[in-house]
Amino acid sequence: MDNPFNDRLRPAPSHDSQPYWDGLKEHRLLLQTCADCGTVRHYPRPVCDQCYSMRVEWIEASGHATIHSWTISHHAFHPCFKKDLPLTLVTADLAEGVRLCAPLKDAPPGSLRIGAPLRVGFETVDDDLTLPLLILADTP
Amino acid sequence: MKSLCEKGAVTGIGETAYTKGSGKSTIALQMEAALAAIADAGLTPKDIDGIVPYSSGDGVAEDFITNFGIADLRFSATTPMGGASAIAGIQAAILAIEGGVARHVLIPFGRNGYSGGRIGARVQQLPQFRTIGEFEMPVGQIAPAQLYAQMARRHMMQYGTTSRQLAEIAVTFRQHALLNDNAIMKTPMTVEQHQESRMISDPLRLFDCCLESDGGAALVISGAGPAKDMKQRPIYIMGIAEGHPDQPSAITQRGDMTILGTAKAVPHAFGMAGVSHDDIDVAEIYDCFTYIVLCQLEDLGFCAKGEGGAFVENGGISLTGRLPVNTHGGLLSQAHIIGMNHIVELVKQLRGDGGKAQVAGARIGLVTGYGDMGDGTVAIMRN
Ligand SMILES: [Zn+2]
Repeated sequence: MDNPFNDRLRPAPSHDSQPYWDGLKEHRLLLQTCADCGTVRHYPRPVCDQCYSMRVEWIEASGHATIHSWTISHHAFHPCFKKDLPLTLVTADLAEGVRLCAPLKDAPPGSLRIGAPLRVGFETVDDDLTLPLLILADTP
Repeated sequence: MKSLCEKGAVTGIGETAYTKGSGKSTIALQMEAALAAIADAGLTPKDIDGIVPYSSGDGVAEDFITNFGIADLRFSATTPMGGASAIAGIQAAILAIEGGVARHVLIPFGRNGYSGGRIGARVQQLPQFRTIGEFEMPVGQIAPAQLYAQMARRHMMQYGTTSRQLAEIAVTFRQHALLNDNAIMKTPMTVEQHQESRMISDPLRLFDCCLESDGGAALVISGAGPAKDMKQRPIYIMGIAEGHPDQPSAITQRGDMTILGTAKAVPHAFGMAGVSHDDIDVAEIYDCFTYIVLCQLEDLGFCAKGEGGAFVENGGISLTGRLPVNTHGGLLSQAHIIGMNHIVELVKQLRGDGGKAQVAGARIGLVTGYGDMGDGTVAIMRN
């Protein structure tokens, strides 16, 4: 109980989403894809809204993305994020056509604009949890 | 298709005092508001044969049956759409009345939003938030303020909307609250004070965010026929609709995050009512955040998408503006009664009981609800 990460908000993966979380642990961003018509969907869910198929395949995302929108939070809405303030959260358009919401690390002030290129990274929280993060693509 | 136009009317309204610290249970607040609404309608509690309680609250139909000794409740339902629930509840009530199931439907809301624990903490437990709970809360996107900040930022970048324009909304509603004895905020606000208020989640500042408050408000909905012979002048519901956005379980996945479910409800509500925007004398618009007002004004069609900022500037939504909005002060400056206070205020305006904030000659008005993931409801009423 003395691990401070015990206090953080943790996902409760479902049968539908377990492969997504397992992929993150291997530092791979996996996206759910319809095994019948190929439509990519996110967040993971049981049915393809294009053809109603429930057959699923998982593809690995390229990691290329652009900024769709963002917010910089100055208030910790959960105590585990106090150390991260100000917290830049970005909604990113992935090259695969779906969106990812994740923290943007190491962004110089004023560097955010819609369409700015990003790449996907990973933050290993502990043995059980890895979270996605975003990095400006021109950041070394 | 059958229309619900003028099939139902608001026949009773009730409110408790709105406070930060009620000293009462949430059930008691709901009962107090409900009893006031029933008395306002000239009914007794035993006349109520339908109830639509607030789905995310802790009052259920059974509480009202027990407290009021209702012998034969014939209709109960919930409309779980957050801040859009109250108007969705009116629609359900009219359907039940028009279908012959119930005669007088009570819609009671009430909570200790200030003293009973943070609203934000409770929101996270709603099933509508399951997707956000799994995928966005662990990365730090937890509160509605953060979600709406991303919507507002996108709007700003796309259309040039500014924080000072959002401030105009907060300042206008504060002016209206100062005219209202049952409003929590009692001191004026300037645009500069808004601009100096603490940044919560950029671009939203503290004064862009609604109050957390205690109180209850309730309605009685009756059929248009019986309503004619009841105690109050009936306020007829001319048009009513709910609209759900695409990708409703996560704002970040929505194709265009600057459009709310409201936009889908608007043609249905206006079409049913048979009125145009120019006919609307007063509007009570759900205002959990300033930006959500601006966005709804666009989705409602009072201005084009992207022109909401200009619409609210220069007193555009003040009592003397082109469209008086939130004449009671809204969630931002009166109290957060989940939008039920907006409906009560519209009924007061159309009865001519708007007090110091009365819009002269108000005949037709509009009220909206908005739920946390983008659900929108719209009702158009006349006296
Ligand atoms: Zn498919």
